[in-house]
Amino acid sequence: MKKQLTVALAGNPNSGKTTLFNSLTGSKQYVGNWAGVTVEKKEGILNYKDFNINVIDLPGTYSLSPYSMEEIIARNFLIDEKPDVVINIVDASNIERNLYLSMQLLELDIPVVIALNMMDVAEKRGYLIDVFELSKKLGTEVVPIVASKNKGIDKLLDAVVNTKKSKSNNFIKYNNKIEKKIKEIENIIECNDSKYDLRWLAIKILEQDDIIIKEFKDIFKEEAAATISSYLDDESQTSIADGRYNYISNVLDDTIEKTKEQEKTLTDRIDDILTHRWLGLPIFALIMFSVFYFTFDLVGNKLLNIIDSFINNTLATSVNDMLITMGVSEWLNSLIVDGIIGGVGGILVFLPNIACLFLAISILEDSGYMARVAFIMDRSMRRIGLSGKAFIPMILGFGCNVPAVMGTRALDDENDRLVTILINPFMSCSARLTVYTLFAGIFFPNNEKFIVFSLYILGILIAVIAALIFKKTIFKGESSPFIIELPPYKVPSLKGIIIHVWDRLKGFLINAGTLIFGASIILWFVLGFNLNGPAPIYNSLGAQVGKVIAPIFKPLGFGDWRSALSLLSGIVAKEVVISNMAIIYGLEDASKALSVSLLENFSQISAYAFMVFVLLYTPCIATVGVIKKETNSWKWTIFSLVYQFVVAWIVAMIVYQIGKIIL
Amino acid sequence: MPLAMTKSGDNVVLKDISWGHRLKKRLQDMGLTPGVEIKVVSGNNRGAVIVSLRGSKLVLGRGMAQKILVESIG
Ligand SMILES: Nc1nc2c(ncn2[C@@H]2O[C@H](COP(=O)(O)OP(=O)(O)OP(=O)(O)O)[C@@H](O)[C@H]2O)c(=O)[nH]1
Ligand SMILES: [Mg+2]
Repeated sequence: MKKQLTVALAGNPNSGKTTLFNSLTGSKQYVGNWAGVTVEKKEGILNYKDFNINVIDLPGTYSLSPYSMEEIIARNFLIDEKPDVVINIVDASNIERNLYLSMQLLELDIPVVIALNMMDVAEKRGYLIDVFELSKKLGTEVVPIVASKNKGIDKLLDAVVNTKKSKSNNFIKYNNKIEKKIKEIENIIECNDSKYDLRWLAIKILEQDDIIIKEFKDIFKEEAAATISSYLDDESQTSIADGRYNYISNVLDDTIEKTKEQEKTLTDRIDDILTHRWLGLPIFALIMFSVFYFTFDLVGNKLLNIIDSFINNTLATSVNDMLITMGVSEWLNSLIVDGIIGGVGGILVFLPNIACLFLAISILEDSGYMARVAFIMDRSMRRIGLSGKAFIPMILGFGCNVPAVMGTRALDDENDRLVTILINPFMSCSARLTVYTLFAGIFFPNNEKFIVFSLYILGILIAVIAALIFKKTIFKGESSPFIIELPPYKVPSLKGIIIHVWDRLKGFLINAGTLIFGASIILWFVLGFNLNGPAPIYNSLGAQVGKVIAPIFKPLGFGDWRSALSLLSGIVAKEVVISNMAIIYGLEDASKALSVSLLENFSQISAYAFMVFVLLYTPCIATVGVIKKETNSWKWTIFSLVYQFVVAWIVAMIVYQIGKIIL
Repeated sequence: MPLAMTKSGDNVVLKDISWGHRLKKRLQDMGLTPGVEIKVVSGNNRGAVIVSLRGSKLVLGRGMAQKILVESIG
């Protein structure tokens, strides 16, 4: 029988917890070089010697007095669920600040093993760390590791399974005044038996910890509560933080030697340019444009054409021939060739573009540039009442809105978080890219990239306007104060990028294989039958439904039932808009290429209006689901569905009506 | 003077943070305790400020930088 052990990974943001978690459990969780990548706790299993270890990756936190939502998740897990051992990941290249959390963890009633990570970076900077002495001074095991290169992992695990079930007794002594107050508070709360350690609790009270104080307001008798309140002041709070940092300084004086006195690191020199007062913003714009250029022109579309001709010519024709020689009935042949290959294949051709986009985004994330964007965009974001930090989920939205909406957890202010969630779907995700790529290629040959870029810009513009309106009406208030750490730049790790891109492509393929596959089959039936049985396509159930809603889109320039039906089913997943069109036109006339049919049904203006509508309208169900989860409110979820539809309708209508007059 | 008024390259020490205890706590936890030495990496640009302290580099929003009081040490 193996022994069970629950081990939590705790540490500052960006210290390498998830990297370690992946190497311990063989998982492929998402890693990036900025603070706030992990916003949920993740579990994994590891078998080591005769232990069965349940490893939990937590969001990063600077302190056990949490400030934002993802920090509360980490704090609650450590305090309420009490893992058997905590591995505290400490970034050796940023050791002073990182040890601050360690000081708090050591005060908890849980055994702690310190994993001194990023030893490679520390070494390069010329830091000599006396690990043995450090371990002695902190009264807990310290193991140097390089998580990204799997170094020191076994030693770390040995330390974990050998920890004694006791807490470190080298806890910090604060100054006399504080120690006296701690004693006094301990006496007051002694009678209230609680799950917490007394000294720890007393310190938390002096730190004015909101969660603890709120929890205890209900338990304490009125009198005691009043006495406790008299201990709440900023001075004690400051003294405690001060005491911890002083203690750390003393420890580090004896244990770390900085052999290189570097005035300016490479990161500083790069930052001089990338966060330059005037150059920062233009460089950022250039980088974003390059991302799209790379996605569409340079690589994406070249590969797209190859895959396109493979699926639509080679594959479709040979499957068709094969089915005919097999004597398969005509309807089944049509289901397979028109429905499945037409529908799913119509989406798969965009795989290269989507891969390129995610490749570019993950390079931005893993290099460390993402955090800089928060700085660069702060000035502009403040004008709309948000902080620069809110721009990070907006960029993530270009990939997929689902993780982007979750990423808003790293924002400190609840109102800002809601606004950021509500505007996020206007950031054009990679699924919508399928629509633009197809339409822009057909209607605006040679100008695709400008058309597509204009849509992205329009999305941002609408998001900005929406944010502005929200901040002026429902969520009044200044932009909340923000603070974000700038990590050192890193050469993105190949492994990390491959994991990231593959993960997203897998999601895309699974989507194609399930949602789009299912939708294609359903659509094929809906287009071949009506309630009375088999019917010609113009009389099918699908056409009937499409015809009912089509008039809504007449003022937008695409009031025919095919577009209406495609848009309706596009709520399942935005790619379905395209797979549906491929199926409908394919069924109507298999000999005509999709592009020819589209050219017959759309003008340049109505095609552009259509793209605008797809950009802005009601998000896909996955996004709706995550909005519900993150806002925890049906009201806001339904609101976001409706207002986006209205916005999309109005903007597309304006585009079409004005375009019609001009051209 | 407030941190927001410092210039790039200034070296300052932290005097006080004039804000409620919650935000104060956050800043203290991130290393901004009284007396800590701060190097201003990018300041005086009407936007956020980049500082470096205790070996880490931080961006402080404009509003934040206005409430952090510092004293120059040349
Ligand atoms: N050089 C070096 N880089 C590392 C090491 N460990 C992690 N990294 C890199 O550090 C960055 C942060 O790693 P993550 O694992 O995402 O950090 P985290 O602690 O999970 O971060 P949050 O989820 O934001 O709290 C990534 O770019 C990693 O590739 C290491 O030992 N050496
Ligand atoms: Mg992480």
